[in-house]
Amino acid sequence: MPLLDLILAVVVYWIALGAIGAALPLERAIHARVFFPISALGGLLLTTVGLAGLGNWPQAAVLGLGLPDLPFHVRVDPLSSFFLLLLGAAGTAVSVFSAEYFQRGGGGDIRLICLQYHVFLAAMTMVLVADDAYLFMVAWETMALASYFLVITDHRVAEIRRAGFIYLLVAHLGAIAILLAFGLLQIGQWEYTFEAMRNAVLSPGWAAAVFLLALVGFGAKAGFLPLHVWLPEAHPAAPSPVSALMSGVMLKTAIYGFLRVSFDLLQAQAWWWGVVALAVGLATAFYGAVFAAVQNDMKRLLAYSSIENIGIVLAGAGLALVFHAYGMNLLAALALAATLLHCLNHALFKTLLFLATGAVMHATQQRSLGKLGGLIRRMPWVAALALIGTLAIAGLPPLNGFVSEWLLFQSFLLSPGLPNSYLNMFIPIGTALLALVVALSGYVMVKFFGTVFLGLPREESLHEAHDVGLAGRIAMGWLALWCVLIGLAPVLVLRALDPVFQQLVGAGLRDSLAQSNWTFLTAVAPEHASYNPVVFLLVIVAVILLGAMALRRWFPSGRRRAATWDCGFGKLDARMQDTAEGYGQPIKQIFQAFLRLERHHPSPFDLHPRYHSRIEDPVWEALYAPVARAVRRLSGIVGVVQHGRIAIYLVYSFVTLLLLLALIL
Amino acid sequence: MLLQLIQGLLAAALAPLVLGWLNQCRAWLQNRTAPSLLQPYRVLRKLLRKEVVLAVNASWLFRLAPYIVFACMVLAGSIVPLIATDLPFALAADVIALVGLFALARVFMALAAMDVGTAFGSLGSRREMLIAALAEPALLMVFFTPALISQSTALTTIVDQFSNGALQLYPSMAFAAIAFVMVLLAENARIPVDNPSTHLELTMVHEAMILEYSGRHLALMDWAHALKLTVYMAIGIALFLPWGVAHPHEWLGLPLALVALAAKLALFGAGLALLETLAAKMRIFKVPEFLGMAFMLAVLGMLVHFLVEA
Repeated sequence: MPLLDLILAVVVYWIALGAIGAALPLERAIHARVFFPISALGGLLLTTVGLAGLGNWPQAAVLGLGLPDLPFHVRVDPLSSFFLLLLGAAGTAVSVFSAEYFQRGGGGDIRLICLQYHVFLAAMTMVLVADDAYLFMVAWETMALASYFLVITDHRVAEIRRAGFIYLLVAHLGAIAILLAFGLLQIGQWEYTFEAMRNAVLSPGWAAAVFLLALVGFGAKAGFLPLHVWLPEAHPAAPSPVSALMSGVMLKTAIYGFLRVSFDLLQAQAWWWGVVALAVGLATAFYGAVFAAVQNDMKRLLAYSSIENIGIVLAGAGLALVFHAYGMNLLAALALAATLLHCLNHALFKTLLFLATGAVMHATQQRSLGKLGGLIRRMPWVAALALIGTLAIAGLPPLNGFVSEWLLFQSFLLSPGLPNSYLNMFIPIGTALLALVVALSGYVMVKFFGTVFLGLPREESLHEAHDVGLAGRIAMGWLALWCVLIGLAPVLVLRALDPVFQQLVGAGLRDSLAQSNWTFLTAVAPEHASYNPVVFLLVIVAVILLGAMALRRWFPSGRRRAATWDCGFGKLDARMQDTAEGYGQPIKQIFQAFLRLERHHPSPFDLHPRYHSRIEDPVWEALYAPVARAVRRLSGIVGVVQHGRIAIYLVYSFVTLLLLLALIL
Repeated sequence: MLLQLIQGLLAAALAPLVLGWLNQCRAWLQNRTAPSLLQPYRVLRKLLRKEVVLAVNASWLFRLAPYIVFACMVLAGSIVPLIATDLPFALAADVIALVGLFALARVFMALAAMDVGTAFGSLGSRREMLIAALAEPALLMVFFTPALISQSTALTTIVDQFSNGALQLYPSMAFAAIAFVMVLLAENARIPVDNPSTHLELTMVHEAMILEYSGRHLALMDWAHALKLTVYMAIGIALFLPWGVAHPHEWLGLPLALVALAAKLALFGAGLALLETLAAKMRIFKVPEFLGMAFMLAVLGMLVHFLVEA
């Protein structure tokens, strides 16, 4: 059975599930328990199809849908297969988790959630297989609207409605830019298939315009600086499975679109495109990392961390563009490997962590890091699985996050081969920035895990927290397993991804990877650099086991539990440990210049001290507020002619008519 | 493979001795009667014999962390070429992975410090992560300069290249060397960033993190800490003074390499002790400036490489 049919079957299956779910008046718990697990089957199938599609020739078809003269074209090639795999793997986990999550809790009607959720999944799939601008835009907008409705599931809260509005606004700004990019790409032939656009020859100026429009358009969805503002608003507002799906998968569809336009349709023509992408990417990553370190809401923290990771992905793509423009295709493939692998990794660990926040929120009703703590003892499963996600996202070996960062550093280090001395000077500074971002992300993740799961519970109610159920464990375990496996066998993943590199930059890593066995990851050549996660893990485990055995054998001293030592001052309590606020304080101090910080310190003589601090995104004040003020002023001017009285409007029509008549006669 | 095993064990066995030497030098410089060279071994033996007292609410993470930290440092000790460059494990981890390995150990230590939920633990964890967040990029930048010169991020290849060819001076390596010493002081909780001899003071960083540990757990943490210092010194020696190390298939060079290593470690240790005696501990909020300078020096070294040497 052709892969394309299978993919379309999954789309139809999801839409049907959503429609049936919306129609059946079942009880909430039953509804969640029936519809979401079976929707995971679609995700599993998509994962398999994605894997199969990586090694297959592109398949294209024309659907009997769409407008009379404008049918929908679909196509599956290695690039879309890779993103389908990502969507399937993350979507499966989210669906399974949703079965447990949506059983309880307030917010919207479960039937509506079911419909929107499945339409969202189906639309993302269609975005990935669309082969003409028309279908792409239809799917893109369906995706945006479905996710918008999911974000405002809890629409009775004014704050959530506001977050949804910001999301919708930025999404449409982006959609306009994408539409314009496609409009330029067809250069007056009125052919909207990607095939025609691939063959179109654009002048350098127009090609650059298309590239910049695509950067803005897809950047609005992915969250590139300064279009990232919707992420930290929308992610905390949405239910956790939805945040997981948006952050884990939807951001990656934007990366898909960016890669599709810049590499496949435009064929990466000028080197400065890559420099722009690299600069924007590094700025985004740095910005996200600093802001993540000072957040006190766990979902906002993860949202900023997503911005950081998307920035790293874009930086990798930019580097690949630079290499490709200079015809250094092997290095372009290496940078692209880092980019794509980081996309996949981020989809896995960020989904895992968002699901963990969902489990924590269900168990404790708390989202603020200042009110959590000590959950490792009440929720051992969530804590252990979230720990894997935490270590992976902090970029620690031998997990998957480290592999993509390692590859990216290697491609940065190979950039001195570029025949451009300006780039040779500036790219090392980029490397320094990337190193800083990676180190900061470790800080952020220790803060996240430490304040949520470790220490003493900061609220009484946390003592009643319960662990996640079987469905949640399966969902999170599935993602954690992927994180570990990709971390241990990156070579197998890169070998499977080889057709994608071939497709986009015309060179693969297969030859350089085939020089050693599957455990050895090499960059370009083994003598240049190598990394072996399996040996890494084996040595660590062996030392731990041997060490523990040796200690037991030669130093069989006992172990006893005692009250925590309190320095003789009396009872320790949970308020003595660092809050999230305290943990982020050094970063606030150091990076004060980047933050808009408003703090109130109580005086030492205050009997009822209250500490208050607020951090605002400076982008709001610098970019969005002037635009908003200008629009308001403009509408004030236009408002002069608007009076709301029908007689005046009739006069306007009459005058217009007279003017037109005067023009004609 | 045998060489690999020897080298890993050698690093672990030597580490307390290096610490003992450093303490001895420091005592002499400060006009104190020095403790025995073997004092760190005695402390380890004492701790290993004592029973472990765990806080009532300590979780599995707290008990696992000392083993992970120790294992990470043993692996690091096996990767860095101490006496020979013919190390199979060195292929498993290049300098970037080495930085990742230190980060893994650090993250576990910082998490374990937060586990019991005392004020000191989280304070130490926060400060340690802050110092690390600034020191780690500087360390990566220090590594990238020699990596660019030798076209490889594998430490053994770098050492082979530097020690093999004719003596060639790289100005960029001078910048890297200064930055490296600064990072070394910060990452190993030495003066002026942290003071290893403080205990129960508000200025402590590393000591605050391991305050709740006792018995064999504390022994492992202390041993790992000594091992980390030794590994850092070995990295410094490998990058900046690589001469004398045994090249592949040079079995006769091994004893010579051992002597060279001992001499270089002794010299380096004495130098560190001198630095620590001359410097005063700085305020925690001066540390970002200190590490920022290290970072800038390392980046400058890289730029010098492009301007002058490329």
